[in-house]
Amino acid sequence: MALVLNLLVQIAQMALVLAIAPLFTGYVRKVKAHLLRRQGPPLVQPYRELLRLLRKDVVLANTASWVFRVAPYLIFATTWVAASLIPTFATGLIFSYAADMIAIVALLGSARFMLALAGLDVGTSFGGIGSSREMLIASLAEPAMLMVVFTLSLLAGSTQLSSIAASLQASDVGLRFSLALALIGLTMVAIAENSRIPVDNPATHLELTMVHEAMILEYSGRHLALIEAAASLKLLLYVSVIACVFFPWGIAVSGQGLVAYLGGVGVYVLKLAAAGFLLAVFETATAKMRVFRVPDFLGAALMLGFLAALLLFVTMAG
Amino acid sequence: MDPLALDVAHLFAGGLVLVSFMLLYQDRMTGLVNTFALHALVVSLSVAWQAHIQHAPHLYITAAIALIVKAIIIPLALHRIIVQLGIHRTIETVVGIGQTMLAGIGLVALSIMVMLPITAKAGTLTQQDLAFALAVLLLGLLMMISRRNAVSQVIGFMSIENGLILAATGAKGMPLVVEISVAFSILIALIVIGVFLFRIRESFDTVDIHALHEYRGEQP
Amino acid sequence: MSGGGSFFVGAVLIIPAVSAGLLAVLPDNRATARLNALAAFLTFVAATVLFWERPAAGHFLIVDDLNVVFIVLSTFVGFTTSVFSGSYIAHELETGRLTPIYLRFYHAMYQTLMFAMNLALLSNNVGLMWVAIELATLTTVLMVGIYRTPAALEAAWKYFLLGSVGIAFALFGTILVYLAAHAVVGEGLDAMTWSVLVKRSPEFDPALLNLAFLFLLLGYGTKVGLVPLHAWLPDAHAEGPTPISAVLSGLLLNVALFAVLRFKSVMSANPGAFAPGPLMVSLGLLSVVFASFMLYRRHDIKRMFGYSSIEHMGIITFAFGMGGPLANFAALLHMTLHSLTKSGIFFCVGNIAQVKGTQNMRDIRGLTVSHPVLGWGLVLGVAAIAGLPPMGIFMTEFLIVSTTFARSPLLAVTLGLSLLVAFGALLLRLNGLAFGDPHGSREPVRASFVPMFAHFALVIAAGIWLPPALVAWFQHVAGLLR
Repeated sequence: MALVLNLLVQIAQMALVLAIAPLFTGYVRKVKAHLLRRQGPPLVQPYRELLRLLRKDVVLANTASWVFRVAPYLIFATTWVAASLIPTFATGLIFSYAADMIAIVALLGSARFMLALAGLDVGTSFGGIGSSREMLIASLAEPAMLMVVFTLSLLAGSTQLSSIAASLQASDVGLRFSLALALIGLTMVAIAENSRIPVDNPATHLELTMVHEAMILEYSGRHLALIEAAASLKLLLYVSVIACVFFPWGIAVSGQGLVAYLGGVGVYVLKLAAAGFLLAVFETATAKMRVFRVPDFLGAALMLGFLAALLLFVTMAG
Repeated sequence: MDPLALDVAHLFAGGLVLVSFMLLYQDRMTGLVNTFALHALVVSLSVAWQAHIQHAPHLYITAAIALIVKAIIIPLALHRIIVQLGIHRTIETVVGIGQTMLAGIGLVALSIMVMLPITAKAGTLTQQDLAFALAVLLLGLLMMISRRNAVSQVIGFMSIENGLILAATGAKGMPLVVEISVAFSILIALIVIGVFLFRIRESFDTVDIHALHEYRGEQP
Repeated sequence: MSGGGSFFVGAVLIIPAVSAGLLAVLPDNRATARLNALAAFLTFVAATVLFWERPAAGHFLIVDDLNVVFIVLSTFVGFTTSVFSGSYIAHELETGRLTPIYLRFYHAMYQTLMFAMNLALLSNNVGLMWVAIELATLTTVLMVGIYRTPAALEAAWKYFLLGSVGIAFALFGTILVYLAAHAVVGEGLDAMTWSVLVKRSPEFDPALLNLAFLFLLLGYGTKVGLVPLHAWLPDAHAEGPTPISAVLSGLLLNVALFAVLRFKSVMSANPGAFAPGPLMVSLGLLSVVFASFMLYRRHDIKRMFGYSSIEHMGIITFAFGMGGPLANFAALLHMTLHSLTKSGIFFCVGNIAQVKGTQNMRDIRGLTVSHPVLGWGLVLGVAAIAGLPPMGIFMTEFLIVSTTFARSPLLAVTLGLSLLVAFGALLLRLNGLAFGDPHGSREPVRASFVPMFAHFALVIAAGIWLPPALVAWFQHVAGLLR
């Protein structure tokens, strides 16, 4: 019985993240617009865009290879799987044994790999710029992410996401400075990975300032729809990880009953709303950095991760 | 000792190490002075907390001195000096900021590895205060080595002093003599700094040490 | 024993402090120079009384066998330097290198420096000693930069930075020593009192003491001028006023080494801590070898003698590191003789530089012809510092090399060879300076030669005949040091 329940919860989770991701993106855009005293597009605009793109024909360059055609599907698949493994409203997902933080980082890494290849595939210079910048960011963001994971797993004793969440919720953690540093580090990595200001402007149309957008310039039709959906899922994924690890209250433990699950969903939506608001405020208040400053930014995130781990050693040894 | 008290002390001491890293990260003069003010603020909060949990009221005086002199007066004076000397521009570094930060992490790890086993018999509070104080000391030294600007070197030295204040308060019960001495050295350092920066200005158009380095020690 | 002693200890400290204040405000230049010398003389007299009248050791001040010699030496050299400084500075005022305001500042700082050094020597509390040494560093930094030329400013800045870093390390070491002590002695002043530390040292945690000594050696060693922490020393000697070079070489380096010695005693008393000797031996030997080679190819006369100071402090540190009664005795005597000789040389060099108007040795030639008194004084001084018999330094160097040879021939050979290298360099330079056709101006010197010759006379006397009471005294102290 528990097995069937977990399976149902897992399926519900997969459907939930897929459904909510475009809504989250639309919400962030709406808040940014209001902060700039504009009306902004309606909340459901991203859904409309996805549907429109799905209906359109694909236009392929002559020089595109099979990599170019296959990449969007792989990117979407890996990102969706990664997003489905994060406990958003309930723990006890059937695949939670696979929800290792390092595995999630690896899934996202393979998605990024495919995207970079696709950007290079067509042979345009903008695609090349985007891919090389993306790899620069990745080479610093991934170690920073792993240092944060290391700190968290030192505290919780495991790299499995559900165990981390459970131990941080249950135990008397107290005022942990390392957690604050890890949170800041993870936020900086999230901003870099999702191509948000101050690392990259998601709404730019100037190719020389693009990182993520430059790699997908050649895509159209259903390919573009899949990639846009994957980008929204990735943003949702990072926000969910932060919410699950650092603000784990309200997540339903398995077997608590339908009311708890619905409550979990409600709390999750509230967390998303708060996170989206903060993200929009931060993006509006900050200016984009020049590309050669991004390594410094991510280097700082890496240092924060290191420092968090070191400080944790001091308290644990003492 | 009460775990919450220990955690807050850890928060302040770890925060001091973090702000030392922020000092290393700065590349503008005004940002550097403001970050130093933050550094002094964190050290005074840390000392005040130590005064509270060690039941040592004389440490409040040290905290007040650190706050007033180093978090308020010296940054204000430095801001004025920067404007008067016309040196509000970027700080040149000997190696890049990234490598400096990596070296900094190495130094923090080194000081933790050295201090933790040695102070194992003293309490947890002393252990972590001394380990972090040594880290701040080494980071301040790194800053003095890796910057070519006279003002940044002076700020590096003052951050070393902050680390020493943290160490002195962490060693429980150290008599008032040391507190007077550290405060005293702050005041004198201020005088020297002020006098020197003005004197250097009178003879050069820059406080860049590189320009001064025509006269090297091994000169005949 | 108690009441009179405290009065004189107080006098040794209060006279310089009060005169510093007075000198800062007195406007008349000649009066300030005379007051400076008078204050230094009174301090010297008060210090000599301490040989017989001693107060009981308190929590803050102590007069014991080790520091009484250094206090008397310090106040004596302070006095003779103030006499030299009187005429020297008057000349600087005439040539316009210094203005009257800076003159007041200089005199006030001079007495503050005396106060700080006396306090450091008399201090029984390791924290107070640190404060005093820091104050001494700061006053000398200000005085090195007093001419405000670009070279002087760089020398002062370098000295300030290196000195401050050294001071910071020394404070950290002091805190660690307190930490080791308070676990055994309890919190409070006792854990910082040197006499208590030495007595209870065997009970301290060895690991803490090891780390503490490392920091203290690096910190105070910077102030002693040990290689590789010496970079400030040659510049500071070259660019500061000559009386300050004399005081730096003659006194401040000794005070810093004295601080290291205090802590070495604490370390040696603890059987679990590592032996401080080998570390001191290596640093000392490194300094000697490095400095003796650097003596060649120098053009500035004061810079050359600065390197000579590094070399001699290296010899002394080496000897203290070797340990044992004979080496300690030789090292103590060497400290005293080096102070007298080096300050005497600087008196001579200061007059030479003033008369010739330059510090570059290429422009100073034939001194024995143009200025016979100065020339032969210089010959005497360099012979003394290079270690020629019958000067005292020959005897101490010989003692050090021979006792090292008995224990570690290789080290002794290295030391001996470096001493020969330095000897060669100094004599080579002396030849150029003192003999040959004279260059430059032939103005007569309008300064007093008494301080210089007084020092040299003492050094020669020490080489020929040391009063037995003094020998016994030094041997007693050497025994105390282990």
